[in-house]
Amino acid sequence: MKKALIALAVVIIIFAGWFVMKPASGPSANADTIKIGVYLPITGGNAVGGGLELDGVKLAYEEQKEVLGKKIELVVVDNKSDKVEAANAVKRLISKEKVNAIVGTYGSSLAMAGGDVAEKNGIPMVGTSCTNPMVTQGKKYSFRVAFIDPFQGAGASQYALDELKAKTAACLIEVTTDYSVGLASFFEDHFTKNGGKIVAKLNYQSGDQDFTAQLTEIISKNPDVLYIPANFAEAAIIMRQARELGAKFEILGGDATDNPEIVKIAGKACEGYSFTTFAYAPEMPEMNETQKAFTESWKKLYKDKLPNALAACGYDAYSIIIDAIKRAGSAEPEKIQEALAKTVDFPGVTGKTTINATHDAEKSIGIMRIVNGERKFYKVVDPK
Amino acid sequence: MSFAMFIQHVFNALSLGSLYGLIAIGYTMVYGILRLINFAHGDIFMVSTYIVLFCVTLFHLPWGLAVLVTIAGTALFGVIIDRIAYRPLRSAPRISALISAIGVSFFIENVCIVLFTGVPRSMDAVRNELLVRTIKLGSISITPLAIFVPVCSFLLVAGLIWMLYKTKPGLAMRAISKDIETTRLMGVKVDSIIALTFAIGSGLAAAAGIMWGMRYPQINPFMGVMPGFKAFIAAVFGGIGSVQGAMAGGLILGFVEIMIVAFFPELSGYRDAFAFVLLILVLFVRPTGLFGEELEDKI
Repeated sequence: MKKALIALAVVIIIFAGWFVMKPASGPSANADTIKIGVYLPITGGNAVGGGLELDGVKLAYEEQKEVLGKKIELVVVDNKSDKVEAANAVKRLISKEKVNAIVGTYGSSLAMAGGDVAEKNGIPMVGTSCTNPMVTQGKKYSFRVAFIDPFQGAGASQYALDELKAKTAACLIEVTTDYSVGLASFFEDHFTKNGGKIVAKLNYQSGDQDFTAQLTEIISKNPDVLYIPANFAEAAIIMRQARELGAKFEILGGDATDNPEIVKIAGKACEGYSFTTFAYAPEMPEMNETQKAFTESWKKLYKDKLPNALAACGYDAYSIIIDAIKRAGSAEPEKIQEALAKTVDFPGVTGKTTINATHDAEKSIGIMRIVNGERKFYKVVDPK
Repeated sequence: MSFAMFIQHVFNALSLGSLYGLIAIGYTMVYGILRLINFAHGDIFMVSTYIVLFCVTLFHLPWGLAVLVTIAGTALFGVIIDRIAYRPLRSAPRISALISAIGVSFFIENVCIVLFTGVPRSMDAVRNELLVRTIKLGSISITPLAIFVPVCSFLLVAGLIWMLYKTKPGLAMRAISKDIETTRLMGVKVDSIIALTFAIGSGLAAAAGIMWGMRYPQINPFMGVMPGFKAFIAAVFGGIGSVQGAMAGGLILGFVEIMIVAFFPELSGYRDAFAFVLLILVLFVRPTGLFGEELEDKI
């Protein structure tokens, strides 16, 4: 008992000391700078996607370091691909760093966790590639430059029906992520509504690495296309195991597989794999001015890496905030929120972006395909 | 379900189950001797996959040599963990060592994140083309790996059982599992035998890691968590402390997981839950597990 009391006292003293030592900080500390917070998964399961988006944000920042005659300061925190960490990261950005607006994040689950905190504190947040409808639902301060899953799932289904001439489809869903469950159900809705048939629907959980049982079941149903709204690492293994089990059907996925690493992990198994993503790729045949400019300046900043759609999303999220600040003529969070809600036809790298009533971006969907071990931009789809 | 499909499922289950079994042996041996659940075991398994990957990609070792180096390196790693995290706590209450094990587990995962980043890596370099090419037998598709993995696992277990019952160190291990103090008084170098136990358990985890990496060729610092839990369940199911039991438990768990999906496709998302339900049921009905009835003869 005595020991416990002493331990408690020591802990209290340490914390008290930390508060005394901590330098006083406040919003008035530096009024000449505008702070833009960024929270992205730099480590953990979504690290690849988060890293790519961060590259895009940094490029946009290099191009626009000032707005309204004030310097912009970029504050980047890692949300570690973890919901709790994401909420903490946003808390830190708002209460400690006093940011005016926030960019982030990759991953719908993470964006929801962070968005709740931003909402409570009245700081506008612009999501990069988070596509679940819930991210902005009922929220005043959450926006995004990404299209949403109903749109994307329908786009995948449209492609399966029109281009792959699919009549039957199977889904393999990661039941623990909102992203995967959402995408699959919107795919299913659109596919069945347009005369297709879902012949098998199987689930797995994050962390699973053996999909042989599910795939054996799916193969026995012989669908024309398998829809896997999975993370890229799982998608790669699913494709490998599917091909090893002799699967012949087409495989289709979502933007979470838009990652060069997928070819390394899946090898030959991902040949012909197609996925929906944001309508930008460095090799796309017809580029508009914004896309050309982005590709050029990327090459200058990152000499050994190719740009991609995720980086473009990061770039767009940052740019749209700066655009809103310019139009508002103020960096007050409240004013930024109002201006963001009124964004119309903003020339983003991932397409002309209009923020709609639900704060989601309306834009076309790109289809990418893996051909000869390389990701190729296939076409733009507008789901009907 | 057609017969061919059932056979396909059996092959899937055999590979998965025998890998669970190999990992489970590490839990069971350490528990049998020290009454310690080595929660870092799944992470030792994870580290082995990185070792073999680096052996092949960084040091360009030939495949066979890379496998040997990996097994030796992982065995050494297990011994070092015991030396640093468990040996100082031998006389402490058992809960201290358990907490230490959990700490070691988190420590290894986080060090690996720092060293290798959280980005999953491809194990392609380690995959032997001969083992992964698909062979068609009617409507069944199998890779040679699907046969290689169970066969290899059974050989390793057979070797281990021979070692336990026919050699001096094996005798010492069985003696320690019964009464560590008396065995010490009989002049057995208890610490060396415990180190050997860790080496063997970790070596088998490395063998499982290499085969796992070939079968599921994507590795990341958290990949050991789920297989670790599953192997732990397998060990308890088979009767923790029994080597045969661990292997049997692993196989049964593999079969249950695969067959749940095969027979009840709509429940496929709950297959992890079934593993834990199995654990709870075993603890209710037969707390000592399948092979663990005689409490006096552990390992």
